[in-house]
Amino acid sequence: NRFQLEMQTVTLIPGDGIGPEISSAVMKIFETAKAPIRWEERNVTAIKGPGGRWMIPPDAKESMDKSKIGLKGPLKTPIAAGHPSMNLLLRKTFDLYANVRPCISIEGYKTPYTDVNLVTIRENTEGEYSGIEHVIVDGVVQSIKLITEDASRRIAEYAFEYARNNQRNSVTAVHKANIMRMSDGLFLRKCREVAENYKDIKFTEMYLDTVCLNMVQDPTQFDVLVMPNLYGDILSDLCAGLIGGLGVTPSGNIGANGVAIFESVHGTAPDIAGLDLANPTALLLSAVMMLRHMGLHDYGNKIQTACFDTIRDKKVLTKDLGGNSKCSEFTADICRRIQDLD
Amino acid sequence: MAAHSAVLSMSKIIKPFWGGHLGNTVKVFGTTLTSHRNKSSLTPPPAKYGGRHTVTLIPGDGIGPELLNHVREVFRFSCVPVDFEVVHVNSAVETEDDINNAITAIRRNGVALKGEQNAYFQQSTAVRSMYTSLDLYANVMHCQSLPGVQTRHKNIDIMIIRENTEGEYSSLEHESVSGVVESLKIITRNNSLRIADYAFKLAREKGRRRVTAVHKANIMKLGDGLFLQCCREVASGYPDITFDSMIVDNTTMQLVSKPQQFDVMVMPNLYGNVVSNVCAGLVGGPGLVPGANYGHVYAVFETATRNTGKSIANRNIANPTAMLLASCMMLDHLKLYDHASSIRNAILNTMNETRLHTADIGGQGTTSEVVQTIMRFIQSKGQLTSEY
Repeated sequence: NRFQLEMQTVTLIPGDGIGPEISSAVMKIFETAKAPIRWEERNVTAIKGPGGRWMIPPDAKESMDKSKIGLKGPLKTPIAAGHPSMNLLLRKTFDLYANVRPCISIEGYKTPYTDVNLVTIRENTEGEYSGIEHVIVDGVVQSIKLITEDASRRIAEYAFEYARNNQRNSVTAVHKANIMRMSDGLFLRKCREVAENYKDIKFTEMYLDTVCLNMVQDPTQFDVLVMPNLYGDILSDLCAGLIGGLGVTPSGNIGANGVAIFESVHGTAPDIAGLDLANPTALLLSAVMMLRHMGLHDYGNKIQTACFDTIRDKKVLTKDLGGNSKCSEFTADICRRIQDLD
Repeated sequence: MAAHSAVLSMSKIIKPFWGGHLGNTVKVFGTTLTSHRNKSSLTPPPAKYGGRHTVTLIPGDGIGPELLNHVREVFRFSCVPVDFEVVHVNSAVETEDDINNAITAIRRNGVALKGEQNAYFQQSTAVRSMYTSLDLYANVMHCQSLPGVQTRHKNIDIMIIRENTEGEYSSLEHESVSGVVESLKIITRNNSLRIADYAFKLAREKGRRRVTAVHKANIMKLGDGLFLQCCREVASGYPDITFDSMIVDNTTMQLVSKPQQFDVMVMPNLYGNVVSNVCAGLVGGPGLVPGANYGHVYAVFETATRNTGKSIANRNIANPTAMLLASCMMLDHLKLYDHASSIRNAILNTMNETRLHTADIGGQGTTSEVVQTIMRFIQSKGQLTSEY
């Protein structure tokens, strides 16, 4: 089976803090699973380019442009370094317009919510985070929320494509068009237009407050949610909270030109960095998402099953999952299960 | 100050008497009784003639009319000295006349109790203009876990204070170029200071320890940055109350995992909408939580989550708790404390009877059964009631 064995290059950005150790955990697990991935490690600390503009190092950009797929650990945002957040820089460099977070309850990691199985797809380039603000007169500030036809159509199309490719049944647009009639109204209109081309997927619309109200009472009623930037930020973190927090939530960013960067969205945890205590689950599940994106479903399923089995078994859990084991022990257990599955 | 201590001693007398019957409800009764006596510093009491108050009633759509009828029924039964001036706002009609009439009626009476309007696009700007023209700048919601209601999280007791007039709800939008829409979010120093001040005053009155400001100032540095700065300024004047802040996305994550950590929360308009709905969902749903909109002069009471409940209208299955508790908040505002507590205690006692729970909290009871039981509880306490 030549296609399966053909190695694909993935740009790996280990990140800061616990980034390097969880990245090596993931690499080890992938090696055990014999996944056809060749890792190309790159650093994305901002440098000042010609013209004084901050940019990511050219070798990182080159690697990403060639491989098109990236896996990223947590990046620290230094407060007074003078450059914008690295995540923002990456987003702008590769036009990462869709942030996708599948939130699936992890059996074995108990939260008050069981059977959560939904995906939040958030428009990631405009909306309330356009960064356009000004002080009109002293004491009056105006922040501009930008909604464009193109960005709205693009995210809606991605949402429906994702639903179709991942066998999801419905897409729900989340909005507040009763209050923000023109902006969210435009977003909604574009979603409706795109829905026309995907008659096999059910399309519904729901107000943001109704979604919040229902989400905390019965999250099983939701499938794929698509929404503008701010609502997406809030809802994706809300859903992450339902399944257990950022330590176990995968995330993927889809860009133009086929670029996709998968990442763990938790922080760098500097207090436990280098102590072999970190939990690699979030990065691992993001890597699984990446495998699925690349069409390597078998490898993805194998690794995910091993990971979930380890968590369900409760014998070798890291501290944040309620156990006492080291990161290396957790990783080793997953590797063992993968070998057993083969 | 004398009134305050007199009230405290009165609640000490009443507590043991009611304590055996009411269990947890006594706590609710006690705090509300003391707190609203001191509220006179914030809003002057509305006028009353012949010992009776007149309150504007806006039935709204969906389940509004039937629930407000139940409120009137309970008031009539308990001989509450409140008369309702009903003002209909027809959401099917496109003109602004109806809503202007309602606003005038509220100005006249000072207090209103309202059901929700259908969220037709047209109507929402009119309803929003009600909050801004009456300057109802503080939306207050008290989310409390009710004994007798099954929820995933227990012991929640959060007060949410939401700025109600500006922020993302300014309705200032324009399409600069075809396909590019801008929506303005306005944050002003005055309104931010005002709402922060309200939050801290309320926290102090109710004996709360901590106020948390919810924001997104890491992204909206100027807008939410100004809001946060104003909160900090006000906080410095209340050294007895701890102040901290939290970013809105982290807040929602914390709310669904550990909501017990929150005490009082203050935030701009949109985050207030999100957080209040999340909290209402956490304590059992929209049928249980009352909300109030306060200004310096006027006060409007409604259900906290502003849903019309179109699908359950006129089927006798709606939960009357939220609307009835809102009417109790209104009675407290009118200084009719005894009536407020008697109805409130009856409601909380009824809540303990699981077989009477309405569908939204997992039962099969009807609205009228719940209301009848509430009235029976009121009667059994020996209060003066009328025949019905």
